[in-house]
Amino acid sequence: MKLAVRLAHLYPKLMNLYGDRGNIICLRRRCEERGIALEIDELDLGDRLDPKRYDLIFMGGGQDREQRRVGPDLIDVKGGALRQAVEEGVAALAVCGGYQLFARYYRPATGDDLPGLGIFDAWTEHPGENVPRCIGNVVAEWQGDTLVGFENHGGRTYLGAGAQPLARVRVGYGNNGKDGGEGAVYKNACGTYLHGSLLPKNPRFADYLLRLALQRRHGDIELAPLDDRLEEEAHAAAIRVASARQ
Amino acid sequence: MGVATVSPSWRTLTAVWAGKTAGVASRALRRGGGTAIPGLVALRVAPRLVAELRTQLGHGSVIITGTNGKTTTAHMLSSVARGAGYRPLHNRTGSNLMRGIATALIDDVNLVGRLPEGERRLGVFEVDEATLPEAVAALAPRVLLFTNLFRDQLDRYGEVDSIAARWRGTLSAAPESMTVVLNADDPSVAALRSVARGPVVLYGVDDKKVALSRPEHAADSRWCPDCGREYRYRMVFYGHIGHWRCPGCGQARPQPSVWARRVRFDPESGASLTVDTPAGEASLALKLGGLYNGYNALAAVAAGLALEIPLAAVQAGVSAVAAAFGRQERFEVDGRRVQVFLAKNPAGLNQVLRTLAAREGKKRLLLLLNDDIADGRDVSWIWDADFELIAADAVGTVVSGRRAEDMALRLKYAGLSPAPPVVPDTGEALSMALAQTPAGETLYVVPTYTAMLEVREILARRGRVAHYWEETA
Repeated sequence: MKLAVRLAHLYPKLMNLYGDRGNIICLRRRCEERGIALEIDELDLGDRLDPKRYDLIFMGGGQDREQRRVGPDLIDVKGGALRQAVEEGVAALAVCGGYQLFARYYRPATGDDLPGLGIFDAWTEHPGENVPRCIGNVVAEWQGDTLVGFENHGGRTYLGAGAQPLARVRVGYGNNGKDGGEGAVYKNACGTYLHGSLLPKNPRFADYLLRLALQRRHGDIELAPLDDRLEEEAHAAAIRVASARQ
Repeated sequence: MGVATVSPSWRTLTAVWAGKTAGVASRALRRGGGTAIPGLVALRVAPRLVAELRTQLGHGSVIITGTNGKTTTAHMLSSVARGAGYRPLHNRTGSNLMRGIATALIDDVNLVGRLPEGERRLGVFEVDEATLPEAVAALAPRVLLFTNLFRDQLDRYGEVDSIAARWRGTLSAAPESMTVVLNADDPSVAALRSVARGPVVLYGVDDKKVALSRPEHAADSRWCPDCGREYRYRMVFYGHIGHWRCPGCGQARPQPSVWARRVRFDPESGASLTVDTPAGEASLALKLGGLYNGYNALAAVAAGLALEIPLAAVQAGVSAVAAAFGRQERFEVDGRRVQVFLAKNPAGLNQVLRTLAAREGKKRLLLLLNDDIADGRDVSWIWDADFELIAADAVGTVVSGRRAEDMALRLKYAGLSPAPPVVPDTGEALSMALAQTPAGETLYVVPTYTAMLEVREILARRGRVAHYWEETA
């Protein structure tokens, strides 16, 4: 049986703020080089999601306005299916605004709370327009390895007992600049503030997600190694830049 | 002009002296070209300096703002003003904060704070989109021109919506006597007409031969801010610029009074535009390529006419402009032609890539990616640009800059094969790229802002600036 991954890309036009599509470009190429068939469905406002169809779900970030537009659709149209898919072990990656919407709620500096999916036992609060945003390069420790990226968020995210941080911050703010946590994990779903884009410069994390995605229909698969010299150089350079600016 | 000249106060005069002294000192110490320090020092002494000195500008001033096209449009307007017999006073490239405006004024006033030939002076100021409210309050311009609004260095400017809100606030506080010039084809700029208190002049393009088949990835304003529906486009020219219409509330691109009915590109030299204006038809022969420069020219025509400059002078002035600093600027080094295309954000970079892709044959490229504050610390924007457009034609590409590895990776994923070499030192990277460029061929250098300053200096040292008239003669 030929290896195949079905990817649901949520709101590709609305939620794409910081080069988020680089994550898709990266997955496409890493699959192509290994002969894995990657099928991508772009799901926009109004599109329903079949919880049994997908191996991997991706959602990027957006400005406040876009987040407010997708919020209700995410919960009312796709929410039940997304929660079911994650419960059943489907892999997911939600970045920045997408991460916030995968959590319980977002409380803006002014105005009403924006409810989220509650997949992550986490919530985000904006401390006020006069409090500086969390902006800068990030290096975080992840599974004995590192993740690199750039963060730019006003809201501070706090995790409840039901979620684990994805990584520990070495340089940068991460979830809230206080507890050292960056991102969240629940089952095979990952949330993170890192863009940059995230996956091209973190090839081991990209492959980790691909293995999780393949698991659903193919079981544990050893991925063929790729020529990642350039990816590793970019990863190392990002660590150098971030550390020099500390 | 019926502008009442205000004699400089003692405070302003002291500030002028302090600023001039700081400028001399800074230049002597080689602390840069002194385009910001005099203004910075003077504004500390006299915060109202700009508001006082601007009253000596006999023809008042024009402000140019927006994400892309400010510098080139300002150059075009200066050229128009000179052709009309004015003496333009303008701030230098990259100094588009209050300190840069103040420096431009301090440089030109004499030691008693008077502007020579004040009655002939027109201020032409490019202003950073975030500095606009302050600049409008201090300068009280006759004309305020908006080029476009794209995402740009989100870590520095914040989100597109907050810039738009700042602009609306500026317009609702501006005097009724100020004419507002707007790009009809950019929905978030065109929307400003509803808050403008005085006359509004719109410009745009109406030639389907230069339209794309669908919006680019780097389109930012795809949704109607009033009803939230996605805009429909009859024509898209680049990014979200085109003939837009909201299917929800029915708002649509307004008909501009200055518009290009015909745009034709000559891949090597520039573009020709046939433009309808209230003052008659104009023919522009631009020395700059790319549709984005067509828009800059239309903006300059609309603003020139709003300043009551005759059409013939506007047409000649706009057409006369060669490259502005680092914007399609040409050099000649060791028998190779070098052209520098500054690219600061996805929309601008896409226009550059499209302009290059339209040229015949293989392209030799040097890409320079920095992440200084002026470039934006965040380099993720390169993933929003369509490098795929040039992947098939790129040969011997070299990358450099502080984030060269990021650029190399982006190019690898765009399909450039083999992946380009990373050469950390800009001078060495340039040498390598030049060595791979056959004599008589062109090397295209695409830098971010601070990388442009650096590579431009190296190019100027190693070669010579090639002027257009030399090539076309």
